[in-house]
Amino acid sequence: MNTINKLFLLLLLCVTAMQINAKEVEIQSLRGNYDLDELSPEPEIKRRRDSDRVKRQFGLQPPVIPHLTKGYKINLKFNKCLTCHSWENVKKTDAPRVGFSHFVDREGANSKKVAGRRYFCVQCHVTQADTPALIENTFKPANK
Amino acid sequence: MSKIWQWLKTPSAKYSAGFLISLSFIVGILFWGGFNTAMELSNQESFCISCHEMEENVYKEYQDTVHYSNRSGVRATCPDCHVPKVWHHKVMRKIRATNELLHKALGTIDTPEKFENKRLELAHHVWDEMKANDSRECRNCHDYESMDYLSQRSRSVKQHIKGFDEGKTCIDCHKGIAHSLPNMATDDPSATR
Ligand code: HEC
Ligand code: HEC
Ligand code: HEC
Repeated sequence: MNTINKLFLLLLLCVTAMQINAKEVEIQSLRGNYDLDELSPEPEIKRRRDSDRVKRQFGLQPPVIPHLTKGYKINLKFNKCLTCHSWENVKKTDAPRVGFSHFVDREGANSKKVAGRRYFCVQCHVTQADTPALIENTFKPANK
Repeated sequence: MSKIWQWLKTPSAKYSAGFLISLSFIVGILFWGGFNTAMELSNQESFCISCHEMEENVYKEYQDTVHYSNRSGVRATCPDCHVPKVWHHKVMRKIRATNELLHKALGTIDTPEKFENKRLELAHHVWDEMKANDSRECRNCHDYESMDYLSQRSRSVKQHIKGFDEGKTCIDCHKGIAHSLPNMATDDPSATR
Protein backbone atom coordinates (compact mmCIF):
# COMPACT_ATOMS: atom_id res chain seq x y z
CA MET A 1 0.00 0.00 0.00
CA ASN A 2 1.39 3.38 -0.84
CA THR A 3 1.29 6.36 1.49
CA ILE A 4 -1.60 8.03 -0.25
CA ASN A 5 -3.74 4.98 0.14
CA LYS A 6 -2.75 4.70 3.80
CA LEU A 7 -3.69 8.33 4.42
CA PHE A 8 -6.99 7.86 2.65
CA LEU A 9 -7.82 4.86 4.81
CA LEU A 10 -6.98 6.81 7.95
CA LEU A 11 -9.26 9.65 6.84
CA LEU A 12 -12.06 7.20 6.19
CA LEU A 13 -11.63 5.72 9.65
CA CYS A 14 -11.73 9.16 11.24
CA VAL A 15 -14.91 10.14 9.45
CA THR A 16 -16.69 6.94 10.46
CA ALA A 17 -15.60 7.42 14.06
CA MET A 18 -16.93 10.97 14.01
CA GLN A 19 -20.23 9.77 12.64
CA ILE A 20 -20.58 7.16 15.33
CA ASN A 21 -19.81 9.89 17.87
CA ALA A 22 -22.36 12.25 16.33
CA LYS A 23 -25.10 9.65 16.67
CA GLU A 24 -24.58 9.54 20.42
CA VAL A 25 -25.40 13.23 20.81
CA GLU A 26 -29.15 13.27 20.83
CA ILE A 27 -31.52 16.15 21.15
CA GLN A 28 -33.08 16.17 24.57
CA SER A 29 -36.29 17.91 25.55
CA LEU A 30 -36.83 19.52 28.93
CA ARG A 31 -38.89 16.61 30.15
CA GLY A 32 -36.07 14.20 29.30
CA ASN A 33 -35.86 11.30 26.89
CA TYR A 34 -39.24 9.75 27.30
CA ASP A 35 -41.78 8.70 24.76
CA LEU A 36 -44.84 10.88 24.60
CA ASP A 37 -47.10 8.20 26.02
CA GLU A 38 -44.56 7.32 28.69
CA LEU A 39 -44.39 8.99 32.10
CA SER A 40 -41.23 10.87 32.95
CA PRO A 41 -40.05 10.44 36.55
CA GLU A 42 -41.95 12.64 38.96
CA PRO A 43 -40.13 15.84 39.79
CA GLU A 44 -38.98 16.29 43.34
CA ILE A 45 -41.72 18.02 45.28
CA LYS A 46 -40.63 21.40 46.56
CA ARG A 47 -41.77 22.05 50.07
CA ARG A 48 -41.77 25.69 50.85
CA ARG A 49 -42.61 27.97 53.70
CA ASP A 50 -43.47 31.61 53.24
CA SER A 51 -40.58 33.91 52.41
CA ASP A 52 -39.85 37.61 52.09
CA ARG A 53 -41.08 39.40 49.03
CA VAL A 54 -38.84 39.20 45.99
CA LYS A 55 -38.46 42.48 44.07
CA ARG A 56 -39.64 42.75 40.47
CA GLN A 57 -36.93 42.04 37.95
CA PHE A 58 -38.24 44.22 35.13
CA GLY A 59 -40.87 46.91 34.69
CA LEU A 60 -44.43 45.61 34.65
CA GLN A 61 -43.36 42.16 35.81
CA PRO A 62 -46.33 40.57 37.56
CA PRO A 63 -45.03 40.41 41.14
CA VAL A 64 -44.39 36.90 42.44
CA ILE A 65 -46.36 35.60 45.42
CA PRO A 66 -44.44 35.36 48.72
CA HIS A 67 -46.70 32.71 50.24
CA LEU A 68 -48.20 29.32 49.43
CA THR A 69 -51.38 29.25 47.40
CA LYS A 70 -52.06 25.55 47.72
CA GLY A 71 -55.76 24.87 47.88
CA TYR A 72 -56.72 28.41 46.89
CA LYS A 73 -59.70 28.26 44.58
CA ILE A 74 -60.49 30.67 41.80
CA ASN A 75 -63.68 30.07 39.89
CA LEU A 76 -66.70 31.93 38.57
CA LYS A 77 -68.32 32.06 41.96
CA PHE A 78 -65.41 32.99 44.13
CA ASN A 79 -61.79 34.09 44.12
CA LYS A 80 -59.74 33.17 47.17
CA CYS A 81 -56.97 35.67 46.35
CA LEU A 82 -59.40 38.57 46.37
CA THR A 83 -60.60 37.71 49.86
CA CYS A 84 -57.38 39.43 50.99
CA HIS A 85 -56.27 41.51 47.99
CA SER A 86 -59.48 43.21 46.83
CA TRP A 87 -59.80 46.93 47.52
CA GLU A 88 -62.44 46.31 50.16
CA ASN A 89 -60.51 43.57 51.91
CA VAL A 90 -57.00 45.07 52.01
CA LYS A 91 -58.31 47.45 54.66
CA LYS A 92 -58.65 44.48 56.99
CA THR A 93 -55.72 42.39 55.83
CA ASP A 94 -52.95 44.89 54.94
CA ALA A 95 -52.24 42.84 51.83
CA PRO A 96 -51.06 44.60 48.66
CA ARG A 97 -54.12 45.53 46.67
CA VAL A 98 -54.67 44.69 43.01
CA GLY A 99 -53.48 47.40 40.62
CA PHE A 100 -55.59 49.87 38.65
CA SER A 101 -54.79 48.10 35.40
CA HIS A 102 -56.76 45.10 36.62
CA PHE A 103 -60.04 46.98 36.40
CA VAL A 104 -59.76 47.83 32.73
CA ASP A 105 -61.42 45.39 30.39
CA ARG A 106 -60.24 44.66 26.87
CA GLU A 107 -62.47 47.36 25.41
CA GLY A 108 -60.58 49.82 27.58
CA ALA A 109 -63.59 50.47 29.79
CA ASN A 110 -63.23 50.72 33.55
CA SER A 111 -65.18 48.20 35.54
CA LYS A 112 -66.04 48.15 39.23
CA LYS A 113 -64.88 44.60 39.65
CA VAL A 114 -61.63 43.01 38.54
CA ALA A 115 -61.83 42.62 34.76
CA GLY A 116 -62.32 39.18 33.25
CA ARG A 117 -58.88 39.09 31.66
CA ARG A 118 -57.27 39.72 35.05
CA TYR A 119 -59.52 37.56 37.18
CA PHE A 120 -57.46 34.38 37.11
CA CYS A 121 -54.56 35.65 39.21
CA VAL A 122 -52.29 32.64 38.85
CA GLN A 123 -52.17 33.01 35.08
CA CYS A 124 -49.55 35.71 35.66
CA HIS A 125 -48.59 35.55 39.33
CA VAL A 126 -46.80 32.52 40.70
CA THR A 127 -45.51 31.53 44.10
CA GLN A 128 -41.87 32.56 44.26
CA ALA A 129 -39.27 29.85 44.65
CA ASP A 130 -35.51 29.82 44.88
CA THR A 131 -34.72 27.12 42.36
CA PRO A 132 -31.96 26.53 39.81
CA ALA A 133 -32.75 28.00 36.40
CA LEU A 134 -34.33 25.54 33.96
CA ILE A 135 -32.03 26.77 31.22
CA GLU A 136 -28.67 28.46 31.64
CA ASN A 137 -29.15 32.12 30.82
CA THR A 138 -27.58 35.53 31.19
CA PHE A 139 -30.64 37.47 32.28
CA LYS A 140 -30.00 40.54 34.37
CA PRO A 141 -32.62 42.86 35.82
CA ALA A 142 -33.08 45.94 33.64
CA ASN A 143 -31.98 48.40 36.30
CA LYS A 144 -28.59 46.82 36.95
CA MET B 1 -107.70 3.92 75.46
CA SER B 2 -109.09 3.88 79.02
CA LYS B 3 -108.73 0.08 79.03
CA ILE B 4 -105.00 0.31 78.34
CA TRP B 5 -104.69 2.93 81.05
CA GLN B 6 -106.50 0.64 83.48
CA TRP B 7 -104.18 -2.23 82.60
CA LEU B 8 -101.12 -0.05 83.06
CA LYS B 9 -102.37 1.22 86.43
CA THR B 10 -103.19 -2.11 88.08
CA PRO B 11 -100.28 -3.58 90.02
CA SER B 12 -98.94 -6.84 88.71
CA ALA B 13 -100.09 -9.87 90.66
CA LYS B 14 -98.10 -12.39 88.64
CA TYR B 15 -94.54 -11.02 88.74
CA SER B 16 -92.42 -10.00 91.67
CA ALA B 17 -91.23 -6.40 92.00
CA GLY B 18 -87.66 -7.66 91.77
CA PHE B 19 -88.37 -9.36 88.46
CA LEU B 20 -90.04 -6.25 87.08
CA ILE B 21 -87.22 -4.00 88.16
CA SER B 22 -84.61 -6.29 86.57
CA LEU B 23 -86.69 -6.53 83.42
CA SER B 24 -86.95 -2.75 83.07
CA PHE B 25 -83.21 -2.54 83.66
CA ILE B 26 -82.46 -4.96 80.86
CA VAL B 27 -84.94 -3.37 78.48
CA GLY B 28 -83.51 0.03 79.38
CA ILE B 29 -79.97 -1.08 78.59
CA LEU B 30 -81.08 -2.59 75.29
CA PHE B 31 -82.89 0.60 74.29
CA TRP B 32 -80.03 2.81 75.33
CA GLY B 33 -77.52 0.62 73.54
CA GLY B 34 -79.67 0.57 70.42
CA PHE B 35 -80.05 4.32 70.53
CA ASN B 36 -76.34 4.88 70.90
CA THR B 37 -75.51 2.34 68.21
CA ALA B 38 -77.85 4.18 65.85
CA MET B 39 -76.16 7.45 66.79
CA GLU B 40 -72.74 5.95 66.18
CA LEU B 41 -73.70 4.32 62.89
CA SER B 42 -75.11 7.59 61.62
CA ASN B 43 -71.92 9.32 62.75
CA GLN B 44 -69.61 7.60 60.31
CA GLU B 45 -68.34 9.10 57.14
CA SER B 46 -69.60 6.11 55.15
CA PHE B 47 -73.12 6.98 56.31
CA CYS B 48 -72.72 10.65 55.40
CA ILE B 49 -71.70 9.84 51.85
CA SER B 50 -74.11 6.95 51.37
CA CYS B 51 -76.39 9.35 49.52
CA HIS B 52 -75.25 10.63 46.18
CA GLU B 53 -76.06 14.25 47.06
CA MET B 54 -73.14 14.23 49.48
CA GLU B 55 -70.86 11.85 47.63
CA GLU B 56 -70.93 13.68 44.33
CA ASN B 57 -70.66 17.23 45.61
CA VAL B 58 -69.14 18.00 48.99
CA TYR B 59 -67.23 14.73 49.41
CA LYS B 60 -65.39 15.08 46.09
CA GLU B 61 -64.34 18.61 46.91
CA TYR B 62 -63.23 17.72 50.40
CA GLN B 63 -60.90 15.04 49.01
CA ASP B 64 -58.76 17.85 47.61
CA THR B 65 -58.21 19.53 50.95
CA VAL B 66 -55.87 19.31 53.98
CA HIS B 67 -58.48 17.76 56.15
CA TYR B 68 -58.64 14.71 53.90
CA SER B 69 -54.93 14.17 53.55
CA ASN B 70 -52.00 15.95 55.19
CA ARG B 71 -48.46 15.41 56.38
CA SER B 72 -49.58 14.33 59.86
CA GLY B 73 -52.05 11.77 58.54
CA VAL B 74 -54.81 12.99 60.85
CA ARG B 75 -58.06 13.14 58.96
CA ALA B 76 -61.06 15.25 59.87
CA THR B 77 -64.14 13.37 58.72
CA CYS B 78 -67.59 14.86 58.03
CA PRO B 79 -68.95 14.30 61.56
CA ASP B 80 -65.79 15.80 63.10
CA CYS B 81 -66.82 19.15 61.64
CA HIS B 82 -70.57 18.73 61.40
CA VAL B 83 -71.64 16.80 64.50
CA PRO B 84 -70.94 18.11 68.01
CA LYS B 85 -69.07 15.86 70.45
CA VAL B 86 -70.95 16.89 73.58
CA TRP B 87 -73.94 14.63 74.09
CA HIS B 88 -76.87 17.03 74.29
CA HIS B 89 -75.61 19.15 71.38
CA LYS B 90 -75.17 15.94 69.44
CA VAL B 91 -78.73 14.77 70.08
CA MET B 92 -80.07 18.19 69.08
CA ARG B 93 -78.09 18.02 65.85
CA LYS B 94 -79.41 14.52 65.12
CA ILE B 95 -82.96 15.68 65.67
CA ARG B 96 -82.45 18.51 63.23
CA ALA B 97 -80.94 16.02 60.79
CA THR B 98 -84.39 14.45 60.40
CA ASN B 99 -85.27 17.54 58.38
CA GLU B 100 -82.42 16.63 56.05
CA LEU B 101 -83.96 13.17 55.63
CA LEU B 102 -87.23 14.80 54.64
CA HIS B 103 -85.49 16.84 51.96
CA LYS B 104 -83.65 13.76 50.79
CA ALA B 105 -87.07 12.14 50.24
CA LEU B 106 -88.37 15.27 48.52
CA GLY B 107 -85.30 15.36 46.26
CA THR B 108 -84.59 18.98 47.12
CA ILE B 109 -80.92 18.78 46.07
CA ASP B 110 -80.83 15.61 44.00
CA THR B 111 -79.00 17.09 41.00
CA PRO B 112 -75.72 19.03 40.97
CA GLU B 113 -77.63 22.06 39.65
CA LYS B 114 -80.19 21.94 42.43
CA PHE B 115 -77.38 21.49 44.93
CA GLU B 116 -75.51 24.51 43.58
CA ASN B 117 -78.66 26.61 43.74
CA LYS B 118 -79.22 25.70 47.38
CA ARG B 119 -75.60 25.90 48.36
CA LEU B 120 -75.51 29.46 49.65
CA GLU B 121 -78.42 28.73 51.96
CA LEU B 122 -76.87 25.47 53.18
CA ALA B 123 -73.49 27.08 53.72
CA HIS B 124 -75.13 29.86 55.70
CA HIS B 125 -76.70 27.33 58.04
CA VAL B 126 -73.22 26.02 58.84
CA TRP B 127 -71.60 29.46 59.08
CA ASP B 128 -74.31 30.86 61.34
CA GLU B 129 -74.09 27.87 63.60
CA MET B 130 -70.29 27.97 63.80
CA LYS B 131 -70.35 31.69 64.38
CA ALA B 132 -72.81 31.19 67.23
CA ASN B 133 -70.80 28.46 68.94
CA ASP B 134 -67.36 29.99 68.36
CA SER B 135 -66.50 27.28 65.81
CA ARG B 136 -66.78 24.63 68.49
CA GLU B 137 -66.18 21.71 66.13
CA CYS B 138 -62.96 23.21 64.77
CA ARG B 139 -61.80 23.80 68.31
CA ASN B 140 -62.29 20.13 69.15
CA CYS B 141 -59.05 19.63 67.26
CA HIS B 142 -57.52 23.10 66.95
CA ASP B 143 -57.07 25.37 69.92
CA TYR B 144 -55.66 28.83 69.60
CA GLU B 145 -54.25 28.45 73.12
CA SER B 146 -51.95 25.71 71.85
CA MET B 147 -50.98 27.33 68.57
CA ASP B 148 -47.23 27.74 68.23
CA TYR B 149 -46.91 31.09 66.53
CA LEU B 150 -43.21 30.48 65.99
CA SER B 151 -43.93 27.66 63.61
CA GLN B 152 -46.87 29.28 61.85
CA ARG B 153 -46.38 31.30 58.73
CA SER B 154 -46.01 35.04 59.23
CA ARG B 155 -49.36 35.87 57.65
CA SER B 156 -51.18 33.33 59.76
CA VAL B 157 -49.61 34.74 62.93
CA LYS B 158 -50.50 38.32 62.06
CA GLN B 159 -54.11 37.48 61.25
CA HIS B 160 -54.55 35.17 64.23
CA ILE B 161 -53.25 37.60 66.84
CA LYS B 162 -55.31 40.43 65.42
CA GLY B 163 -58.38 38.30 64.77
CA PHE B 164 -58.56 36.65 68.19
CA ASP B 165 -58.04 40.04 69.83
CA GLU B 166 -61.07 41.32 67.95
CA GLY B 167 -63.08 38.33 69.12
CA LYS B 168 -63.20 36.63 65.74
CA THR B 169 -63.71 32.92 65.36
CA CYS B 170 -62.23 30.39 62.92
CA ILE B 171 -65.12 30.42 60.47
CA ASP B 172 -64.92 34.23 60.08
CA CYS B 173 -61.72 33.76 58.11
CA HIS B 174 -61.68 30.10 57.07
CA LYS B 175 -64.83 29.75 55.01
CA GLY B 176 -64.52 27.12 52.30
CA ILE B 177 -61.96 25.15 54.32
CA ALA B 178 -63.40 21.81 53.20
CA HIS B 179 -65.67 22.47 50.21
CA SER B 180 -66.07 24.71 47.18
CA LEU B 181 -67.76 27.91 48.16
CA PRO B 182 -71.15 29.01 46.84
CA ASN B 183 -71.41 32.20 44.83
CA MET B 184 -70.12 34.78 47.28
CA ALA B 185 -71.70 37.76 45.54
CA THR B 186 -73.82 38.56 48.58
CA ASP B 187 -71.22 37.86 51.26
CA ASP B 188 -68.07 39.31 49.72
CA PRO B 189 -68.90 40.93 46.37
CA SER B 190 -65.33 42.17 45.95
CA ALA B 191 -64.08 38.59 45.76
CA THR B 192 -66.32 37.49 42.91
CA ARG B 193 -66.70 38.09 39.20
C1 HEC C 1 -60.56 16.02 63.40
C2 HEC C 1 -59.78 17.16 63.74
C3 HEC C 1 -59.98 18.47 62.97
C4 HEC C 1 -61.10 19.24 62.90
C5 HEC C 1 -62.48 18.96 63.49
C6 HEC C 1 -60.73 20.42 62.14
N1 HEC C 1 -59.42 20.35 61.76
FE1 HEC C 1 -58.38 21.74 60.72
N2 HEC C 1 -56.79 20.51 60.60
C7 HEC C 1 -56.70 19.27 61.21
C8 HEC C 1 -55.46 18.64 60.79
C9 HEC C 1 -54.98 17.28 61.25
C10 HEC C 1 -54.79 19.56 59.93
C11 HEC C 1 -53.47 19.38 59.20
C12 HEC C 1 -52.29 19.62 60.06
C13 HEC C 1 -51.03 19.46 59.23
O1 HEC C 1 -50.64 20.42 58.58
O2 HEC C 1 -50.50 18.38 59.22
C14 HEC C 1 -55.66 20.73 59.85
C15 HEC C 1 -55.33 21.86 59.13
C16 HEC C 1 -56.08 23.02 59.13
C17 HEC C 1 -55.69 24.27 58.53
C18 HEC C 1 -54.37 24.54 57.81
C19 HEC C 1 -54.57 24.46 56.34
C20 HEC C 1 -53.29 24.45 55.57
O3 HEC C 1 -53.41 24.60 54.36
O4 HEC C 1 -52.22 24.27 56.15
C21 HEC C 1 -56.70 25.17 58.76
C22 HEC C 1 -56.76 26.61 58.29
C23 HEC C 1 -57.74 24.47 59.49
N3 HEC C 1 -57.33 23.17 59.70
C24 HEC C 1 -58.93 25.03 59.88
C25 HEC C 1 -59.99 24.31 60.42
C26 HEC C 1 -61.32 24.84 60.60
C27 HEC C 1 -61.74 26.25 60.24
C28 HEC C 1 -62.07 23.84 61.15
C29 HEC C 1 -63.55 23.87 61.51
C30 HEC C 1 -64.49 24.11 60.43
C31 HEC C 1 -61.20 22.68 61.32
N4 HEC C 1 -59.96 23.01 60.84
C32 HEC C 1 -61.60 21.47 61.87
C33 HEC C 1 -57.64 18.70 62.04
C34 HEC C 1 -58.93 19.16 62.24
C1 HEC D 1 -58.81 37.03 61.45
C2 HEC D 1 -58.85 35.91 60.56
C3 HEC D 1 -58.54 34.52 61.11
C4 HEC D 1 -59.12 33.88 62.18
C5 HEC D 1 -60.17 34.41 63.15
C6 HEC D 1 -58.56 32.55 62.20
N1 HEC D 1 -57.65 32.40 61.21
FE1 HEC D 1 -56.48 30.79 60.85
N2 HEC D 1 -55.51 31.78 59.36
C7 HEC D 1 -55.85 33.03 58.89
C8 HEC D 1 -55.00 33.36 57.74
C9 HEC D 1 -55.08 34.64 56.91
C10 HEC D 1 -54.12 32.27 57.57
C11 HEC D 1 -53.08 32.08 56.47
C12 HEC D 1 -53.81 31.36 55.39
C13 HEC D 1 -53.02 31.04 54.19
O1 HEC D 1 -51.81 31.19 54.15
O2 HEC D 1 -53.68 30.61 53.24
C14 HEC D 1 -54.46 31.29 58.61
C15 HEC D 1 -53.82 30.08 58.78
C16 HEC D 1 -54.25 29.08 59.64
C17 HEC D 1 -53.61 27.81 59.82
C18 HEC D 1 -52.35 27.35 59.11
C19 HEC D 1 -51.17 27.88 59.93
C20 HEC D 1 -49.83 27.80 59.24
O3 HEC D 1 -49.21 28.85 59.10
O4 HEC D 1 -49.43 26.71 58.84
C21 HEC D 1 -54.35 27.10 60.72
C22 HEC D 1 -54.08 25.70 61.22
C23 HEC D 1 -55.45 27.94 61.14
N3 HEC D 1 -55.34 29.14 60.47
C24 HEC D 1 -56.45 27.56 62.00
C25 HEC D 1 -57.34 28.45 62.58
C26 HEC D 1 -58.28 28.08 63.62
C27 HEC D 1 -58.44 26.70 64.20
C28 HEC D 1 -58.95 29.20 63.97
C29 HEC D 1 -60.00 29.35 65.07
C30 HEC D 1 -59.57 28.99 66.41
C31 HEC D 1 -58.47 30.27 63.10
N4 HEC D 1 -57.50 29.77 62.28
C32 HEC D 1 -58.94 31.58 63.12
C33 HEC D 1 -56.82 33.86 59.39
C34 HEC D 1 -57.60 33.59 60.51
C1 HEC E 1 -62.80 20.73 58.22
C2 HEC E 1 -64.20 20.71 58.52
C3 HEC E 1 -65.20 20.07 57.55
C4 HEC E 1 -65.20 18.78 57.10
C5 HEC E 1 -64.20 17.67 57.37
C6 HEC E 1 -66.41 18.63 56.33
N1 HEC E 1 -67.09 19.82 56.28
FE1 HEC E 1 -68.86 20.16 55.36
N2 HEC E 1 -68.73 22.13 55.79
C7 HEC E 1 -67.74 22.72 56.57
C8 HEC E 1 -67.95 24.15 56.58
C9 HEC E 1 -67.08 25.17 57.30
C10 HEC E 1 -69.09 24.41 55.79
C11 HEC E 1 -69.72 25.78 55.46
C12 HEC E 1 -69.49 26.15 54.02
C13 HEC E 1 -68.06 26.41 53.69
O1 HEC E 1 -67.40 27.22 54.37
O2 HEC E 1 -67.57 25.79 52.73
C14 HEC E 1 -69.57 23.13 55.32
C15 HEC E 1 -70.68 22.95 54.52
C16 HEC E 1 -71.22 21.72 54.19
C17 HEC E 1 -72.46 21.52 53.49
C18 HEC E 1 -73.40 22.62 53.00
C19 HEC E 1 -73.15 22.92 51.55
C20 HEC E 1 -71.93 23.73 51.30
O3 HEC E 1 -71.11 23.33 50.46
O4 HEC E 1 -71.75 24.77 51.94
C21 HEC E 1 -72.64 20.17 53.37
C22 HEC E 1 -73.80 19.47 52.69
C23 HEC E 1 -71.49 19.52 53.97
N3 HEC E 1 -70.66 20.50 54.47
C24 HEC E 1 -71.30 18.16 54.02
C25 HEC E 1 -70.10 17.56 54.38
C26 HEC E 1 -69.78 16.16 54.17
C27 HEC E 1 -70.72 15.11 53.60
C28 HEC E 1 -68.52 15.98 54.63
C29 HEC E 1 -67.69 14.69 54.59
C30 HEC E 1 -67.43 14.15 53.29
C31 HEC E 1 -68.05 17.24 55.13
N4 HEC E 1 -69.03 18.18 54.96
C32 HEC E 1 -66.80 17.45 55.71
C33 HEC E 1 -66.73 22.06 57.23
C34 HEC E 1 -66.38 20.74 57.02
